[in-house]
Amino acid sequence: MTERSAEPVAPEPVQPAAGAALAADPALADVDLGLSYDSGVELKARSQWAYARMRFFRHRLAVGSLIVLILICLVAVFAPQLAPYGFDELDLDNITASPTLEGWHLFGTDQLGRDYLSRVIFGVRTSLWVAVFVALLSTAIGTAIGAIAGYYGGQVDNLLMRFTDLILTLPGLAVLLTAAVFFGANDSEVFGIMIPQPMKIGLILAFLFWTAVARIVRGLFLSLREKEFVEAAKAAGAGDMRIIVRHMLPNCVGPIVVNTTLVVAAAILVEAALSFLGFGIQPPNAALGKLIADGQGEGFNLWWLVTFPGLVIVVIALCINFVGDGLRDALDPTQRRTRT
Amino acid sequence: MLQYVIRRLLYSAVVLVLASFLVFMFVTVSGDPLAALKITPNVSEETVQNIIERKHLDEPVPVRYYEWVKDALTNKFGTTLLTDEPILPDLWRVMKNTLQLVLVAELLAILIAVGIGVYSALRQYSVFDYSMTTFSFLGLATPVFWLALMLQVAVVQIYLATGRNVFPIANLNSVDPGEGLSFVIDRAHHLVLPVIVLMVANIATYSRYMRASMLEVVNSDYVRTARAKGLAESRVTMKHAFRNALIPLVTLVALNFGTLLGGVVVTETVFSLDGMGLYFVNALGTNDPYPVMAWLMITATMIIIFNLVADITYGLLDPRVRYD
Repeated sequence: MTERSAEPVAPEPVQPAAGAALAADPALADVDLGLSYDSGVELKARSQWAYARMRFFRHRLAVGSLIVLILICLVAVFAPQLAPYGFDELDLDNITASPTLEGWHLFGTDQLGRDYLSRVIFGVRTSLWVAVFVALLSTAIGTAIGAIAGYYGGQVDNLLMRFTDLILTLPGLAVLLTAAVFFGANDSEVFGIMIPQPMKIGLILAFLFWTAVARIVRGLFLSLREKEFVEAAKAAGAGDMRIIVRHMLPNCVGPIVVNTTLVVAAAILVEAALSFLGFGIQPPNAALGKLIADGQGEGFNLWWLVTFPGLVIVVIALCINFVGDGLRDALDPTQRRTRT
Repeated sequence: MLQYVIRRLLYSAVVLVLASFLVFMFVTVSGDPLAALKITPNVSEETVQNIIERKHLDEPVPVRYYEWVKDALTNKFGTTLLTDEPILPDLWRVMKNTLQLVLVAELLAILIAVGIGVYSALRQYSVFDYSMTTFSFLGLATPVFWLALMLQVAVVQIYLATGRNVFPIANLNSVDPGEGLSFVIDRAHHLVLPVIVLMVANIATYSRYMRASMLEVVNSDYVRTARAKGLAESRVTMKHAFRNALIPLVTLVALNFGTLLGGVVVTETVFSLDGMGLYFVNALGTNDPYPVMAWLMITATMIIIFNLVADITYGLLDPRVRYD
């Protein structure tokens, strides 16, 4: 990763001229002004997104990681069609096989002859699903709380931020474990709606992950609300909801998207730890952490049972972090190179 | 300053009481901790009834919370649910063990990370810098428990191949550790792998911070001034840049305490070390709310104290910071 000095100058965030609330309409941002000079050189007005896309695709590591991630997601989605064996299917001719091409046991089999490649594929399916659920839900909660705190300020802000601090002082993993044991161990029915057990684990994780995005959005809102275009929207008679959703939030999309990506990676790691300890996703649902715990139980001479599921977790988390990094460079030019 | 500390402590106390009530409600409302005991054969109705009376399980939650607070304050967090054993002596023992592990790991991690961070910043975009960047990306993407398991796998594979047992993969001591120096050596030998596991993630995080803050300082005006004065390069880096670059790390290390506890839970479980993490996991396994509450209260208090320490040291190290 090299520092790129010849970066195209990032356009200012969407800031409609005073009074022109309409110009914040994304539909207008893509309009090709079609300016052309007699010399034949055509100037094309590029939208913010076009610049972001260009910056992202120049980040080779991020693009490569994105491709790997898409492949992994496809395999997860089509797991029942793609996995060579079923999740609990026994291949009694190949018990404790080390990784081999024979019978497609690429990740080996355990003492019951269960194919670990297939088990890992199904595990990725659950783990990814939970992680994405956590990322989306925690982003929604965090954005809402951060936006309200930042927009209204004063006592509201104080109260909400004290609450955020409270969550931050909790010993994270310990609280997660407690919640998972005392709340998330079974499927349950709330108001007649079935909540499957993995989803409950997702809910618990989301409850701890929203704080980061809340702080980010609050910080952005505190500075955005002093901007002229917000004042203009207010003067034009726009309501609070409209100002927050139509005028301010679009200017926070970059940091929010970056954070959401990184939450997916963090959620996968934490969920794996929970499931490994036996308090996360419960059988019959497959989870990568549980697979590793099962592999550990079979003894370390069957090293492949522990190694491969973990390796898959590392690859997924690594790729997501790289994509997050690429997105940060693309969407959030002010934050460049703080992590690496 | 004193006023600030007092205000923070008061606020923290309120937070702690609120949090304890919430967690208590959560832990007690969600299920019957005696469910497993009731269906165990050979357990008489009387035993169950005794436990219910002793722990006031038939009372409403606020009353039970009141009883718990009373127990916690006057009777050192009271006793466990089923066996009625006092909680605090066990907690002290495991805390001592965990402290050993964590202190060693944390000190080593800080030393190594500071070295890596400073050198990476001084030789930005060198091969060393890139390899360390790769390392920290890998370190942050690796689940702690899996790293622990892989080390165990490696030790077992070496044993299978050569018949040599390089490191013990479980417990704090051998069955017969001896006394004095041989005890210490035995303990150290057992702690090698857990310490490595705890260090990796922390080195990954700390070295990144150290690099970033060192880069920022090296490019600042007063460092340029120091160079312009004609100071030796070593004096510029060590005296002017390095010391100021350390400031953000101090805060980070103090704030990282909660995360460290998370790592300890997993590491101690994998290596079956008799520390706080394993104690907590075992308490959760028996569905016993009382040791869980005691554990959470003690660690939450420690986290609050560490946060306060972080803020105060930050102010002491950087006089520009004002308390309000």
